[in-house]
Amino acid sequence: MNKISLPSMLLLVIQRDLILAMRKRADVLTTLFFFVLVVSLFPLAVGSEMDMLRKMAPGVVWVAALLASMLSLGRMFSADYQDGTLEQMMLVPQSLSFMVLGKIAAHWMLSGLPLVLIAPVLGMQFDMSGEALLVLVVSLLIGTPVLSMIGAFGAALTLGLRGGGVLVSLLVLPLCVPVLIFGTGAVASVAGGVSAMPNLALLGAFLLMSLLFTPWVSAQALRISME
Amino acid sequence: MLKVTNLACTRGEHQLFAGLNFRLAAGELLQVQGENGSGKTTLLRALCGFIQPFAGEIRWQGKALSELGEEYFANLVYLGHANAIKDELSALENLRISSALSGCTVSDKDAIAALRRMGLRGRETFAVKMLSQGQRRRVALARLLINRARLWILDEPLAALDVGAVGLMQEIIGEHLSNQGLVIFTTHQSLQVSGAETRQLKLS
Repeated sequence: MNKISLPSMLLLVIQRDLILAMRKRADVLTTLFFFVLVVSLFPLAVGSEMDMLRKMAPGVVWVAALLASMLSLGRMFSADYQDGTLEQMMLVPQSLSFMVLGKIAAHWMLSGLPLVLIAPVLGMQFDMSGEALLVLVVSLLIGTPVLSMIGAFGAALTLGLRGGGVLVSLLVLPLCVPVLIFGTGAVASVAGGVSAMPNLALLGAFLLMSLLFTPWVSAQALRISME
Repeated sequence: MLKVTNLACTRGEHQLFAGLNFRLAAGELLQVQGENGSGKTTLLRALCGFIQPFAGEIRWQGKALSELGEEYFANLVYLGHANAIKDELSALENLRISSALSGCTVSDKDAIAALRRMGLRGRETFAVKMLSQGQRRRVALARLLINRARLWILDEPLAALDVGAVGLMQEIIGEHLSNQGLVIFTTHQSLQVSGAETRQLKLS
């Protein structure tokens, strides 16, 4: 029996969540299909006027990504809470924040990353230019981890509450507004002919800030929810 | 080693117990008794640090739990009502993960040996959802065998176990006590550990 180091503990938590998700694939696929469906509904509903579609594309993709990431938040801690694994995680002789960071990373890989990968295909439905598609992917790549992190905080706070699923959306969605604004702003600026860098840089700043604070805050929220 | 002074815990507005004092030294076994709802689980959870006690203090090796923080968890293994095992994973995978969460890696050989001792020979790589309630409890209990923590806190360890497994648990607890371990447990069944006297703590 050897002592386990912090990075390998982190990897283990991520690996465990990925294995569990692979054995229960429906959960991952629902998020992805939801995203694809919501985005595809817009061209059907508003008609095929190319100029309008091109203009609304960044907003539609980003809002759909936001809603899709809300969908899977309820599952982030609840399964571990119900079968007692979360109690064991709180007894880990390392900081609970790192456990939470591992859970967040796994959650993003399962619910954020697939959206990033499929977004360019959906963007083509809206006749987005190549450059705009690239910026869309980059903005989602920076922005979706922030959604997972803010979501983790909401999920931790509402753990064990009845109707927590709706409550978590009400709690988290307003907090995600800045991410939405800068994410869509970056893509829209390409169409407007200006550099997307300022918006992307601000998104990056959000990512760093949430990386610093949300695991710790979520860990505290978990401790409160477990009492 | 473990010293509890004047401990009081509440659940909402309702006071479960107050003025609780006890000490537990190495090699001692403590059974917490009481009716349903008398606060046995709450006491055990407070000893794990999940719950902040309303009043009083818990000390481990002379230091308060709040001072010790994560250091304390390395000395502790807790087995709650829930088994903390995943249905989708095999017994072996579950054991490997719970061992890692307690801060140690375990070789496959040791893990398989622990599962076999718990009477799960031939079922090491089955998904846990194929196992019965009693067998799942055995998977959870196998965690005790691969852990080097000194303090065992067991909430109803005998739930769903058959007679043979109860005998095995008595043996395992006896071994742990003779290695200078400490055990605190609750049960509604009788548990006789040879070579050690069971101290009783009654909550009312």
